[in-house]
Amino acid sequence: MQKSVSVKGLSLNFGAVRVLQEMNLDVENGEFLVLLGPSGCGKSTLLNCIAGLLDVSAGQIFISGKNVTWEEPKDRGIGMVFQSYALYPQMSVRKNLSFGLRVAGLPRDEIDERVARASEMLQIEALLDRKPANLSGGQRQRVAIGRALVRDVDVFLFDEPLSNLDAKLRADLRVEIKRLHQRLKNTMIYVTHDQIEAMTLADRIAIMKEGIIQQLDTPHMIYNNPVNLFVAGFIGSPSMNFLEGTLSGGAIDLGDVSVPTERYGFEPGNEKWSGKAILGVRPEHVVVGEGASQQPFFFDAAIEIVEPMGADTVAWTRLGSHSFTFRADAELNLAQGQTVKLGFDAARASLFDAESGIRI
Amino acid sequence: MTIAAAGDTATEGSRFWRSIRQLFTRNLAAKIAATPMIAIVLVVFIGCTLWTVWFSFTNSRLLPTGSFTGLDQYNRLFSTSRWNVSVRNLALYGAFSLVFTLTIGFLLAVLIDQKVRFEDAFRTIMLYPFALSFIVTGLVWQWIMNPTLGLQGTIRGMGWESFTFDWILNSDMVIFALLIAGLWQGTGFMMVLMLAGLRGIDEEIWKASRVDGIPTWQTYIFIVLPMMRGVLVTAVVIAGSGIVRLYDLVVALTNGGPGIASEVPAKYVYDYMFTAGNIGQALAASTMMLVTVMIIVIPWAILEFGGGEKKS
Amino acid sequence: MSNPTVISTTVALDAVSGRTDFAGPQGPRPQPFFTPKRVIIYSILFVACLYYLFPMYIMVMTSFKTMPEIRFGNIFAPPVEFTGEAWVKAWSSACTGLTCQGLSPGFWNSVKILIPSVLVSTAVAAVNGYALVNWKFKGSEIFFAVLIFGSFIPYQVFLYPLVMITRELKIFGTIWAVILVHTIFGMPILTLLFRNYFASLPVELFKAARVDGAGFWRIFLEVMLPMSLPIVVVALILQVTGIWNDFLFGAVFAGTPNLPMTVQLNNIVNSAQGTPEYNVNMAATMLTGLVPLIVYFLSGRLFVRGVAAGAVKG
Repeated sequence: MQKSVSVKGLSLNFGAVRVLQEMNLDVENGEFLVLLGPSGCGKSTLLNCIAGLLDVSAGQIFISGKNVTWEEPKDRGIGMVFQSYALYPQMSVRKNLSFGLRVAGLPRDEIDERVARASEMLQIEALLDRKPANLSGGQRQRVAIGRALVRDVDVFLFDEPLSNLDAKLRADLRVEIKRLHQRLKNTMIYVTHDQIEAMTLADRIAIMKEGIIQQLDTPHMIYNNPVNLFVAGFIGSPSMNFLEGTLSGGAIDLGDVSVPTERYGFEPGNEKWSGKAILGVRPEHVVVGEGASQQPFFFDAAIEIVEPMGADTVAWTRLGSHSFTFRADAELNLAQGQTVKLGFDAARASLFDAESGIRI
Repeated sequence: MTIAAAGDTATEGSRFWRSIRQLFTRNLAAKIAATPMIAIVLVVFIGCTLWTVWFSFTNSRLLPTGSFTGLDQYNRLFSTSRWNVSVRNLALYGAFSLVFTLTIGFLLAVLIDQKVRFEDAFRTIMLYPFALSFIVTGLVWQWIMNPTLGLQGTIRGMGWESFTFDWILNSDMVIFALLIAGLWQGTGFMMVLMLAGLRGIDEEIWKASRVDGIPTWQTYIFIVLPMMRGVLVTAVVIAGSGIVRLYDLVVALTNGGPGIASEVPAKYVYDYMFTAGNIGQALAASTMMLVTVMIIVIPWAILEFGGGEKKS
Repeated sequence: MSNPTVISTTVALDAVSGRTDFAGPQGPRPQPFFTPKRVIIYSILFVACLYYLFPMYIMVMTSFKTMPEIRFGNIFAPPVEFTGEAWVKAWSSACTGLTCQGLSPGFWNSVKILIPSVLVSTAVAAVNGYALVNWKFKGSEIFFAVLIFGSFIPYQVFLYPLVMITRELKIFGTIWAVILVHTIFGMPILTLLFRNYFASLPVELFKAARVDGAGFWRIFLEVMLPMSLPIVVVALILQVTGIWNDFLFGAVFAGTPNLPMTVQLNNIVNSAQGTPEYNVNMAATMLTGLVPLIVYFLSGRLFVRGVAAGAVKG
């Protein structure tokens, strides 16, 4: 089947700095793909390459089956939404939406129709005659999305579109973008550094670091089966507990305690793996209190610090010599100094090679 | 009752004195530090201006002691051909200079903004005349425009006998001689200003216009130029107030000649004040300069700062 | 569970040399260096540079020629007989109409005016800018607004009243009058510069110093001033070139023995008797332009920042 966007062997160097390295990426028709990573990982650069705003150093880009590596942005069949909105400040919303269409020489009624449709979809009809300066941040971003919408293209590119908004608006617009995607069924590529945006919006997430895609998978798989330490640590808040030890013969020896790993789902061929390894346990996968003793591994822990978050509570404690956090129901009323029983199941945990950081 | 009343006035009085004392002692060091500014504003910018305006209504000659004569000086001013020539010259020079410095400055800035190599070299070369004194500028161009030994003589010597470039001796063209020298000194600065304005535009605007498929020249004219309103207004005000002050360049390049063909108001003021000993007349002329500047600056100030307090 | 895409990425990394399956456009867009557009851009810039460099070239060439060579009449030609005599004469013996000591007295007068003017005006404006930002008092903003507004008024308006004031102060016709006038008219732009700079510093710094019990002057000298080196340099560049290039104030206030270099230069060229010596004139012009040019070339981008900061409000 023909891919919507296809990136083949893409590299980008700024002088001696290698920003993107031999990147391969296929995006399905109608897929919502999120590029996620810390700042400087190359995710925005990749998006700009796909848009044609940056020239690549090597490799090819296909959009809807057409090789667009040398095409101008306007000829690639894309629409783009920017972090700073990039609305033309002296033009009204209506002119902002229609400017590109008028330059392209579209007939008047066609332009009017597209503007009307986009503004209806984004509920900005009432704002059409205002200037961007008289709009709120959320309204501006809607207009910016509208400008991409009127182009009537197959692929939408979003470059951190919600980063300039406050938390409440961000959540609202997130839902709106998701709704828009469900309605339009276009391909969307969305760059963000916010893992909640990524998890909630994406069909698939590509986690990037230093110009390389670390893992490309569904949010579920990324969360539950991170392929390496970087992905494991980047996704999830509070971060995964990393417990270093020696793996051999069905258990990992953490120094003071040994955790059984019989129930762990090894990658094929790794069942007999032994050596220095890191056990990763998500704080929210820890069972607290009575249920703990039913887990394959449990222990008693003294609580050092309590961080109430409202719905639940994050507590800091120790497992042997390792720092260990877990998330518990706020109803438990945990207190500093209290001793609780904690347990977890290696089946939900992750094991990584301590040297390479790769999942075992 | 009387006692109470007396008590009241006592408190009133002490409160009054306390607030007076506070007016001076609160932030005392800051007020002392700001004394030069306050003095300059009150004595020079307000005091001297009022003095000049006031004495422009007198018939003062060598000393500012004359008696009040109403608009006499102004009547005389506008019936003096030298003043009228000066005003006409300034208007002509001003209009051309404004149009040319702004357009050339903007065009050069746009060209340099096209990711050219040696940007620093281009900018250094275009801006260095701005570091020079108008006297230096005037004298260099006076030599270049020297009809016998300068550009005209050289090119005629090369065989083009009819070549004419005698603008500093030609009453009709002398104002353009001033313009060439003025543009040489000032356009580089305008270019730098405009370039700073261009660079200040959000890069994502450019990206958006590329995605929208808007040609570069249209982006400059319909999107970028309107976004540079602030810089443009500043440029106009700076160029404008520089034009009104035009003096050194004229003194060095033509000294007002040939005849009175390149006289300007600032020189008129200076000459009447210090050479001709006609202070009333000089002050009337300088008041007219003041009025001209006010006509430029006040609308700008209202536009820029009047419409609601945007800045702290 | 393994992830096929990651593996394919890794494979691609290993197979850098084996990219044979790429058909059609790939890699960077081909961009010939000599597109018509580039040629036009560079030609225009080049022609513009000729216009800007031409007078400098003429000035230098003429100053090293002899008078007979100049009378021969080719202004473009480089000197056949290269001589520095005109420079020596311009510096030490050219006539200004009254005396024949060249430009050197004017140079030293300019230095004598320049140093105190620059120091006093910068110091006063720095303190003032600091007071305006951190020690606002009733009316301080209004005074500042009038100060900026006043900077647009033509100097001719203030000229005569200032002559009277300096006469009253018994400093008219001395360099002190010139210094005072430069301080007055340097005030608006420098205050604006310093005010905007201090306003850009984090206000917490000032608050922390207040909490530590430091007063007006201590905060200025020990907290603010050490951080303001960049803006002080900008102010110095602005003032050195501005004051060196001044003609009007020097001519009016300095008095004949103290005339600055620009005034003396104009006198040498425009009021000298007898046949004009163009080589001496150009050497003198070069000499006068040398100080600001040196400042300009040494300061580079800071000069640009200075003039732009003066122009574009923060």
